[in-house]
Amino acid sequence: MKAPLTWLRSYCDPGLEAAALAERLSMTGTEVERVGRVGAPSGDGFVIGRVLAAEPHPNADRLRVCTVDAGQGESRTIVCGAPNVAAGQTVAVALPGAVLADGTKLRKAKLRGVESAGMILSEAEMEVGDDADGIVVLDGAGAGPGTALADVIAIAETVLDLEITPNRPDCLGIYGIARELHAITGAALAPAPWGDDAEPTGTDGVAALASVAVEVPELCPRFTARAFTDVIVGPSPLWLKARLTAAGQRPINNVVDITNYVMLLTGQPLHAFDLDLVPGGEIIVRTAAPGERMTTLDGVERSLDGESVVVCDRSGPTGLAGIMGGQVSEVSEGTTRVLLEVATWDGVNILRTSNLLALRSEASTRFEKQLHPDLAMRAQRVAAKLMVELCGARLAPGTIDVDSRPRSMDPLTVGYRPERADALLGMRIAPDRAGEYLDRLGFAVESDAGGALEVTVPADRRFDVVREIDLIEEVARVHGLDEHLPATLPGGGAVGGLARHQRLLRRIEDLLRDAGLDEAVTWSFVDRDRGGVPGLAERSPVSLHNPLSEEQAVMRTDLVGGLLAVAARNLAHGTDRVALFESGRAYLPERAPTGAAPLRGGFAGSRPAPVAEPHRIAAVLAGVGGRAGWRADDRPVDFYDAKGIVELVAAALGVDVGFAPTRRAFLHPARAAAVRVGGSGAGWVGELHPQLLERIGARSGAALELDLEPLLAGSAAGEEIYEDVTTHPAVAEDIAVVGDADLDAGTIRAAVLEAGGELLESAEVFDVYAGEQVPAGKRSLALRLAFRAPDRTLTDAEVEPLRARIVAALEATGARLRG
Amino acid sequence: MLDRIERIRDEGRAAIAAAADAAAVEEARVRYLGRKAELTTILRGIGELPAAERGPVGKAGNEVRRELEGLVEEAAARHERSELDRRLAAEAIDVTLPGTPPVRLGHLHPLTRTRREIEDIFIGLGYRIAEGPEVEHDYYNFTALNHPPGHPARMLQDTFYVDPASLGDGVELYGSDGAPLTAPPGPRDVLLRTHTSPMQVRAMEDAEPPIFIIVPGRVYRRDSDATHTPMFSQVEGLAVGDGITLADLHGTLLTFARAVFGEERDVRIRPHFFPFTEPSVEVDVSCFRCGGSGELDRERCGLCKGTGWLEILGAGMVDPNVFGFVRDRGYDPDHVQGFAFGMGIERIAMLKHGVPDLRMFFENDVRMLEQFR
Repeated sequence: MKAPLTWLRSYCDPGLEAAALAERLSMTGTEVERVGRVGAPSGDGFVIGRVLAAEPHPNADRLRVCTVDAGQGESRTIVCGAPNVAAGQTVAVALPGAVLADGTKLRKAKLRGVESAGMILSEAEMEVGDDADGIVVLDGAGAGPGTALADVIAIAETVLDLEITPNRPDCLGIYGIARELHAITGAALAPAPWGDDAEPTGTDGVAALASVAVEVPELCPRFTARAFTDVIVGPSPLWLKARLTAAGQRPINNVVDITNYVMLLTGQPLHAFDLDLVPGGEIIVRTAAPGERMTTLDGVERSLDGESVVVCDRSGPTGLAGIMGGQVSEVSEGTTRVLLEVATWDGVNILRTSNLLALRSEASTRFEKQLHPDLAMRAQRVAAKLMVELCGARLAPGTIDVDSRPRSMDPLTVGYRPERADALLGMRIAPDRAGEYLDRLGFAVESDAGGALEVTVPADRRFDVVREIDLIEEVARVHGLDEHLPATLPGGGAVGGLARHQRLLRRIEDLLRDAGLDEAVTWSFVDRDRGGVPGLAERSPVSLHNPLSEEQAVMRTDLVGGLLAVAARNLAHGTDRVALFESGRAYLPERAPTGAAPLRGGFAGSRPAPVAEPHRIAAVLAGVGGRAGWRADDRPVDFYDAKGIVELVAAALGVDVGFAPTRRAFLHPARAAAVRVGGSGAGWVGELHPQLLERIGARSGAALELDLEPLLAGSAAGEEIYEDVTTHPAVAEDIAVVGDADLDAGTIRAAVLEAGGELLESAEVFDVYAGEQVPAGKRSLALRLAFRAPDRTLTDAEVEPLRARIVAALEATGARLRG
Repeated sequence: MLDRIERIRDEGRAAIAAAADAAAVEEARVRYLGRKAELTTILRGIGELPAAERGPVGKAGNEVRRELEGLVEEAAARHERSELDRRLAAEAIDVTLPGTPPVRLGHLHPLTRTRREIEDIFIGLGYRIAEGPEVEHDYYNFTALNHPPGHPARMLQDTFYVDPASLGDGVELYGSDGAPLTAPPGPRDVLLRTHTSPMQVRAMEDAEPPIFIIVPGRVYRRDSDATHTPMFSQVEGLAVGDGITLADLHGTLLTFARAVFGEERDVRIRPHFFPFTEPSVEVDVSCFRCGGSGELDRERCGLCKGTGWLEILGAGMVDPNVFGFVRDRGYDPDHVQGFAFGMGIERIAMLKHGVPDLRMFFENDVRMLEQFR
């Protein structure tokens, strides 16, 4: 909402500079986004002048050489290009030195050989209107040459650009803002502009000229109409154009300008019909037939649905209720009879239709916030006076008033208990102060003996202030929160802290960081094709109904896709080794778990989430592997680099993870493994497919993605129980096992552990050999076995039978002990 | 005989002292202490001496042998050490070359760091951390936060809606009134949460007051320009308990602002409007760049644009209507009260670390990430 300062001050002038005024408004809840300006930076150098003579320019057909009395004691020569300049006119003059609206400083200048000592101004040059073709003629302004132009017209207007919150439609009108200024500063408030009404001088009563039938009273709580005859449509006077222009509205003609002006002043939108274009003067308010079409004032033909409300004449829609008028009955230069509609609409319905048609207007942004029916007659009265004054119109006696307001719009009285306010705010506000603040805001206040207040809400605030808490807010903000509110801390002594899963999640993130990975945060939404990474799109995603772009059309079902894109970008920048991880959610179109399982997507609340949101960790290593620096080995990244990260995480959590060959379209088909914890899948790890490597511009790469829930579920980290391993130390023994090259280490190790039984504490592979010492097609694995019993130191005699069982088990897998 | 021993002693001392290296020491040892050495021979033949000489000769001979043995040992050690020193000196390296760290150090994302910093401050103030769904029911995102269907406040946030056809089979869905949907879901029933506030209601459904939680997480708004990304992160706070006041909110946020931006900071609260708090406020922190003066080196401070204040969050007292949705969980609107607040993590991180453009957080350029230790 743009509030020109001179307009605002005409109703309430606290005597503050614009900046101080803006500060006071901002600190009481009406945020000033900008203090702007329309017109010149200041009124200095702008005066009224009288054209004494206007002669043809000797060297230019289109220019006139004017002699102007600008009150400086002598007349001056001004060269002017306007076709309408003529001797005898009172005009607006900018003298050399004046700074114009566009920021240029006016100087004496020779125009085609004639020196010009000033400039005669047009509306557009003064930014008081949009007419740029001719100069402004101020005959009848009653001001003599030399008078400061600013005394006659607002040529250097300061405009407050206010952010009005949706609960305050009253501040979408200048008088409402003035009332707010009055409340927060105590400065006097001028009487409301709707106090007086126009004198009806028309011959026929309004009932003879028009009729209104409201078929949908629940969507139209009030419809008022007045009729005007003998209307002379023409341009508005300059003061009106100036106010509209400063408030950001384009002047059109006096009738339309009056409707806009009254809306800006009162906050209540109005609509003017050319009554001669409404057959029989019959207005019908109804809902549209589904698919019904009408052309709005902006020239767009719109298709309506069955809930859209239309204002119709006999032949069809003539306006889209509360949003925009129709072209059919638009006021034009030939209009002589006007029907002025001021209605109240159902806000929810207006918002709905406005959203449906993607059509927002000054009217709809006000109506959607629900205006009170009492506002309608205020606007009728202000408009009627202006119609008479500015358009020479005669007001037809009477007003059509179809008032169907429901009981929920009846006057409301709310109690205010000072002790309740104090207990909520944590500060004391004296009851009489509270009463004073509410009174200034326009509330009717009565206090009872106990200090409690009975407060009647004014129509302007009827839907915003309905409870005691709302009154408390009004009192507190006018009182001044920043100035008076103490800063205390809540009592109660709650114990803060991280939950176990949050602690472990941080541990894992820190671990990955310290293992040399950089954390990335990538978009939750991705393109349907998942960046073209093979296989990812096989997982059906949660799709957005209204995405911003195709690149962000569906929710991600994996984390690796985003990381691959980030890796590619960084490699393209010239980074030679990329190691990235992300800790975040995937979004899967599945039932979310119930109960507390936040890492799986089970959250607090009585209603489970609409989709499953498992928390995952993913990593991508790409480019050069191995060690960096001057001792770099420049080896490629391989499977074991990524698997090492999985094992690091598992080790930090104290979880046993298993690996089994698997396939993913984007991974090397023979170098990928599924990760398992206990019996369930927990993700995957693998080398990137060579074709994918080529696409992301990496010479080698590996990746992993883990579901955190199964990992953490299997973790005893932080809850370990001491185990005595020193009293009876383990007996270590190394064995070398030769088997077929494709007999995997996991199978061998599992066979060894199984055969070793309880006393075999661990069996770790510490060397792998294939070459001359073993037959072709075979390989040798060296395992370190540790045998231990908790209650005794094992003897050779005890270990020997275990060793024999292990050998037998190995042979069953096709392997044997070497040497 | 005693003279011989004395001579051997003097010769031995001199020879050991004169030995230039370990080999010369060994040579001296063999010569004076070896099996065939004169002293060894004397001591071996002691029994053949007259009885009166045996004592003095044996005593003197053994003393000399012990002395020479000691000298040899000492000299040998000395030479061994200096030879090691020589060898090690030849192994000199360039100590100014870079070292080889066990791993290259990685980096947490600045948003994670900032989020954790915020979390830790509130943990210190007695809060716990709650997580909530990002794909959410309209009911929690709007209705239960006092945005009734058709309310213009819903327009304050451009919402991403989820295509109901893309939801899984058998998913439980709820209408904007919170009741289970019996008809197929409409295009506006499921959405991406526009704020972390839905967790206020979820958390209150699960636990009676007092409740002190913060809710960090991703949120989404259909908006993309220099100052808006369609995804960003927030931290929500909720404190409901006995007699919690707006002044308590003030003190809490002052404590928070000082912990993040420095002990000299001040906060300023301005009344505002949010549908789910009443009264509602916006909170500014005094500019840490210019100290709140709005001026830096006699020019307008670029960070606070000369105002001296930086807007950091929105807050307010929980609206009784919100409690009304969890009345049966122990939140009688006439008796419980508390406050809620919400802040953007990106905004805090940008202010604190001078990151000029919101979008940089999501580009994940390693050259940017590496700047945050």
